[in-house]
Amino acid sequence: MIKVQNLAKTFGAKRAVDGVSFSVDRGEVLGFLGPNGAGKSTTMRMVTGFLPPSGGTASIGGFDIVEHPIQAKRLMGYLPENAPAYTDMTVYGFLNFAAEIRGLSGDAKKQAVTRVVEMCFLEPVLHQSVETLSKGYRHRTCFAQSIIHDPDVLVLDEPTDGLDPNQKHEIRQLIRRMGQKKAIIFSTHILEEVDAVCSRAIIIDRGRIVANGTPQELRQKSEWAGAVTLRVKGVASSAVTARLGQVPLVKRVTLVEEKDGRVTVRAFPRSDANSALAQAVGEAAREWQIEQLHSEEGRLDEVFRSITMPDTAKEAA
Amino acid sequence: MNTWRNVWTITKRELGAYFTSPLAYIFIVIFLLLCGFFTFFVARFLDAGEASLVRPFFDWHPWFYLFLVPAVGMRLWAEERRVGTIELLLTMPITAWQAIVGKFLASWLFLGLALVLTFPMVMTVNYLGSPDNGVILTAYVGSWLMAGAYLAISCVASALTRSQVVSFIIAVMICLFLILAGYPPVINVLEQFASGHLADFVTSFSVMTHFEGFQKGVLDSRDILFFLSVIGFSLFTTSVILRTHRAG
Repeated sequence: MIKVQNLAKTFGAKRAVDGVSFSVDRGEVLGFLGPNGAGKSTTMRMVTGFLPPSGGTASIGGFDIVEHPIQAKRLMGYLPENAPAYTDMTVYGFLNFAAEIRGLSGDAKKQAVTRVVEMCFLEPVLHQSVETLSKGYRHRTCFAQSIIHDPDVLVLDEPTDGLDPNQKHEIRQLIRRMGQKKAIIFSTHILEEVDAVCSRAIIIDRGRIVANGTPQELRQKSEWAGAVTLRVKGVASSAVTARLGQVPLVKRVTLVEEKDGRVTVRAFPRSDANSALAQAVGEAAREWQIEQLHSEEGRLDEVFRSITMPDTAKEAA
Repeated sequence: MNTWRNVWTITKRELGAYFTSPLAYIFIVIFLLLCGFFTFFVARFLDAGEASLVRPFFDWHPWFYLFLVPAVGMRLWAEERRVGTIELLLTMPITAWQAIVGKFLASWLFLGLALVLTFPMVMTVNYLGSPDNGVILTAYVGSWLMAGAYLAISCVASALTRSQVVSFIIAVMICLFLILAGYPPVINVLEQFASGHLADFVTSFSVMTHFEGFQKGVLDSRDILFFLSVIGFSLFTTSVILRTHRAG
């Protein structure tokens, strides 16, 4: 549904987006990750036809966004960053306007408005002016606008930004549910969100795609992936690290915490260790009192940091 | 006609926006007060003993509009850019032209409404004497066209900036030029220091020159064309400015 090829955007001398390519099919939710200023919003603005690209193409459902903008925009709903909405209108008026400009009228319009009001829980503020809404409601109002015509393609720029945890949860549920039938791109810098919602994720840094895969695949890139954490009681930390260091599958052992006679260590696997490491660590710790033993899945935030941090900052850390 | 449906949707929204804020009412009240005050107290309409609205009423319009029309037009694009709704508007399945024309039409209709509300003037002069109502009608048409020209210029100014104040000032400056280019004292100076051709050329850009015909009851196609081409050119400039912003 969404096809992006070599998309580029320059602002003056700065290359904000530098040759980004990806595609999203129906039934996929693509997470767009990256530090602030990496080019996420700029990419989305080009995909939605707000900014003309300096190079490359983007097409929605086969319609090029530059050549056939109207047809392409018809298939798409868009929630811009910061969820702008006309402050002088009521929520009801704003949604009606959005429905009308999407070509809905009469009963179809009424039904569409009722449907999104229910989906986004806007009933309590329906006749309130947008200006007086709390941030959460304003966000949901703008979100409602983007799905009012039940589009095949959704582009959401930080849809959960500024919401409280309950609202975040609601919106994520909604995105995941809609993602079964639509092609969705959404950007975020909350990593847990990627796990909760995305079928695929792209990490973008300084205008380029630096990683692309399922959340599971991305986690595999973490050096934590497959590491085993062990907590034992009543043994000296030096003894634990020494013993585990001799296990053949273990690359290195780090001490995480030593407190109240309990020692927590983490053993990182050699590349060929796979799932056998937990077994091996368990064997080695057989005589100790094990309080906890589990394998790490790899952590997205660690992958994210190691990929997107400038080299100098990495050395300093 | 999808095009006009889209334009009309935008127009309806903009008109609604005027009337939900106090701006619309303030504007109409000020406009009517100014009209009344200048007609009766400054131009001494009642003492003149003449059953005509041209001099005492319509003569002031280019000057009223100088401040009032930029005030109406300043928010059109500046506010969209400041709040960020421009990103919504321009990613809807409409063309930039439809949005530009829709917004312009809304404000122009609003100015038309303000103008229509001066009808007690017409009733008064008809009660007191027997004026040439044809002249009054053409003068109204001319006044509305002139307001449209000012408004289109305000659109350009509004598209240039995020700040409504800056947009207002720019619009007033350009409109002031359009008035002064045909203001007799300025023309005299021009004729003294430059050739008559240059003075004619400059004068031909003035709203004053082109409004005069309407005030005499003449619907000259050149005058109509002048106002319409100012509107057309300004709206085109607006579209170019909006596009350049996005081109980065």
